[in-house]
Amino acid sequence: MTPIVLTFTFRRLLISIPVIVASTFVVFLLVTLSGDPLANLKGRNPPPSPQVIAVEAHRLYLDQPVLQRYWTWMTGVLRGDFGPSVRTNLDIGHEIAARFGVTLRLVAVAVVLALLLAVVVGVLSAVKQYSGIDYGFTFAAFLFLSMPSFWFAVLLKQGGISLNQLVGDQVVYTIGERSVVVDGGAWAQLADAAGHMVLPTVSLALISFGAWSRFQRASMLDVLNSDYVLFARAKGLTRRRVVVRHALRTALIPMTTVTALDFASLISGAVITETVFQWRGLGDFLVTSINQRDAYAVLAWLLVVAVAVIVFNLIADLLYALLDPRIRYE
Amino acid sequence: MSDETKTATRHKPPAATVRQRSQRELVLRRFLRHKAAVVSLVLFAAVVLLAFAGGALWRYDYADITSAVSVPPSLEHPFGTDNLGHDTFAQVLRGTQRSIEIALLIALLAGLVGTLWGAFSGYYRGITDSVMMRIADLVLTLPLLAVAAVLTRGTSGSWWFVALVIASLQWAYVSRVVRGVVLSLREKEYVEASRALGATDRWIIFRHLIPNALGPIIVNVTILVAAAILVETALSFLGLGVQPPDTSLGLLVSEADTAVSTRPWLFYFPGAFIVVIALTINFIGDGLRDAFDPTQRKVRT
Amino acid sequence: MSEIVLEVEDLTVSFPTEDGLVRAVRGVSYELRRGEVLGIVGESGSGKSVTSMAVMGLLPGSAKVGGSVRFRGQELVGAPDKELRAIRGGRIAMVFQDPMTSLNPVHPIGDQIAEAVRAHNDVSAAAARERAVELLAMMQIPRPRERARDYPHEFSGGMRQRVVIATAMANDPDVIIADEPTTALDVTVQAQVLRALETARAATGAAMVLITHDLGVVAGTADRVLVMYAGRPVELGQVDAIYYEPRMPYTLGLIGSLPRLDDARRGERLVPITGSPPSLLDLPPGCPFGPRCPMRQELCDSTEPELLATAPGHLAACHFSADLEGRRPEDVFALTSADHDGGAA
Repeated sequence: MTPIVLTFTFRRLLISIPVIVASTFVVFLLVTLSGDPLANLKGRNPPPSPQVIAVEAHRLYLDQPVLQRYWTWMTGVLRGDFGPSVRTNLDIGHEIAARFGVTLRLVAVAVVLALLLAVVVGVLSAVKQYSGIDYGFTFAAFLFLSMPSFWFAVLLKQGGISLNQLVGDQVVYTIGERSVVVDGGAWAQLADAAGHMVLPTVSLALISFGAWSRFQRASMLDVLNSDYVLFARAKGLTRRRVVVRHALRTALIPMTTVTALDFASLISGAVITETVFQWRGLGDFLVTSINQRDAYAVLAWLLVVAVAVIVFNLIADLLYALLDPRIRYE
Repeated sequence: MSDETKTATRHKPPAATVRQRSQRELVLRRFLRHKAAVVSLVLFAAVVLLAFAGGALWRYDYADITSAVSVPPSLEHPFGTDNLGHDTFAQVLRGTQRSIEIALLIALLAGLVGTLWGAFSGYYRGITDSVMMRIADLVLTLPLLAVAAVLTRGTSGSWWFVALVIASLQWAYVSRVVRGVVLSLREKEYVEASRALGATDRWIIFRHLIPNALGPIIVNVTILVAAAILVETALSFLGLGVQPPDTSLGLLVSEADTAVSTRPWLFYFPGAFIVVIALTINFIGDGLRDAFDPTQRKVRT
Repeated sequence: MSEIVLEVEDLTVSFPTEDGLVRAVRGVSYELRRGEVLGIVGESGSGKSVTSMAVMGLLPGSAKVGGSVRFRGQELVGAPDKELRAIRGGRIAMVFQDPMTSLNPVHPIGDQIAEAVRAHNDVSAAAARERAVELLAMMQIPRPRERARDYPHEFSGGMRQRVVIATAMANDPDVIIADEPTTALDVTVQAQVLRALETARAATGAAMVLITHDLGVVAGTADRVLVMYAGRPVELGQVDAIYYEPRMPYTLGLIGSLPRLDDARRGERLVPITGSPPSLLDLPPGCPFGPRCPMRQELCDSTEPELLATAPGHLAACHFSADLEGRRPEDVFALTSADHDGGAA
């Protein structure tokens, strides 16, 4: 990286800090106002002694005023302490790191798959605009765009179960991100992981594919109608060269940005897919934390997602500058 | 494209010979040429009619408990019944009604707030714009699921509250779009002229900017309706949407989640309704986009 | 006379649109001889650009093209894409109107010229690049070797147009079609670009079709001029004949609206043509220029005049072309423009 890129990166990260502070603060207030995190404890039968409740309240910073609680949490995060969880033995930082790995694996593979499909389909649709292929792809894209993600995921899950019954063997797994026990070496481990990934990945990928293929088609049409593509044709280049080198190369620039931005939102959007396939990823972590009114756990989740958004925004901009010679770092 | 073809295809006949077609008429004509959109509009209207009028006419009410428990689809119960004896068809009609009400309310609120926010932000620019857009950005960073989850927890989960929560985040998207359009519109000559004639800011915003940005606003709000249906479904699945005894399509499907292999009708029928509604609205949105922005349809290759 | 390289015969082009069939070109014929410069003049919408796009086979698939275009005897209308590709950029090259948009923003300009070379010659990438640098030097681009690595946005408009011209001359074409090559540029660089075109023509020996709405540009460059109106040629002749003895009121009007600094008409007022060109969607019968023509008579409303010889090598489409002999623009136009203004618009 050249110094100018480094400066640019640094500046961008710096100006993102207020955004993170503001959005964690808003969510902190929301979670705090939504209910008493000690409700479960207090509702126990027999009721725990006031001392027990007081100790627990102290552990969760509940004896501090609201604003100070946020401050305590934030300064803690800077030291690497993500705050206390309602679940007594849970180390939030440790837990969320493990969960992040699971989700990232799911999202990364799904994004690559969706991107490949979307580019191929978008380009074909644009080149053959208003043909049968274009109409077919358009309908498919709109269909995926219009399916509730969990309905589609359950549909796939059912399909997987039927397939397994048909074959009489466990071809694809429909639950969890890996088997509890895997016999055999690295290959068996890998095959097991892959078998678990197929359905969740496909379900996540196809939902993104719907929107992305439309975007790629529009961006490709834009370029195909440009003067420089006409000029490229006037040079006597082959159709393939015009489409790939002149049109696709340029049409990929906005697509790259959209993908990078959506990558971040998929990290938070994978909640549904993870829940259906019972992956213990970030989504499951969020849902459980919300149900337990576990404020600092929710904040930790938000922090991870917000940082992901910022990092991917940055990646989007860097890629843009890399792919488009007209863009300069400012 | 050579500019001859451009001029030729966009050429307006001289006023003297051919009567000038109004903008509205042109938009309608272009929309009608989008077959998928027209079919979708008819289909969507049919679903709405079925949900709102059909529910009242159907022999069972959604809350009725019949003696038939967990029966598959039949003439008596076209969509079957659930394990308590509820007629699924009646429930789907009721759920459709609720889901559409929620989606429309979201679109209305988010569209209204987003339009005003974006129009004022884009018109005033400068510091007003910066502050307003930073607020919109902040709202965009808040994860919908988290906010909705937190907000709907403490409440009874009434349908309008669910709509309110979703709308409280979605308006930011609309405001971004409207701001972009307004930023370019405000430089147009007729706005200059209006300003030179001493028009007030409010007059310019409501008489010139918003009416001229109506195309993109309508398109985006339409697509927002489809998105809202899906968001409501997702929230209900996580148990954060509409709560029983009220029902929505999302709630119906998520309740049927566990029954999908034993009583699949409970899962597939409401799901199919969601897909049909979202699909038709998306196609209508696509038709509107083509109708409002015909330059996107120009062909060259 | 030298041989004919390009022959266009009764070319028609129409586009189906949502409002109906737009007949953009309604029967254009011309021939281009080796080394000759033919100026095609007309307002926007007259069909002059569509004509050349049809020659290149670059019209959208929805366009309906009729008639014939022959390059050295080879028919191009309806020819398979493979045949057309060999001609495009190889034998017939094109220069577009707007240099700001005709170069791909994401590729260095050297590569964009080199790929034109390689599309028609079996040479190495290095040799093609070398040729690109050579072409840039011919186009007076300073430090051509370094500049070849730069992207289009790093060049000014005039320089970009010279890059486009360099691309056009890359394969020593027989015909260069320049479609409004100076329209999008500053007046100060127009002369520069015209000189570059002249350089390209001299170096390649190509014949040139120079499309413009500016009679002034044509005057200094062209051998012959074709004037188009509403998709049809309305006058064709040697450049001097067109300027000094126009036989069609429209041409006369164009000349009258042209500011001139030479002695011939110094001190005379500019005379505008009132009204605007007709819609190509539903042309009424009769002469399409009729509604704007101060010489219109009954015949003009009913019958469209044919393009007929008025003198050797001079054709005009006007029922009353003989009446124009010796008349100056202000004789015909200025007198009637006052009462015409009231009716039009």
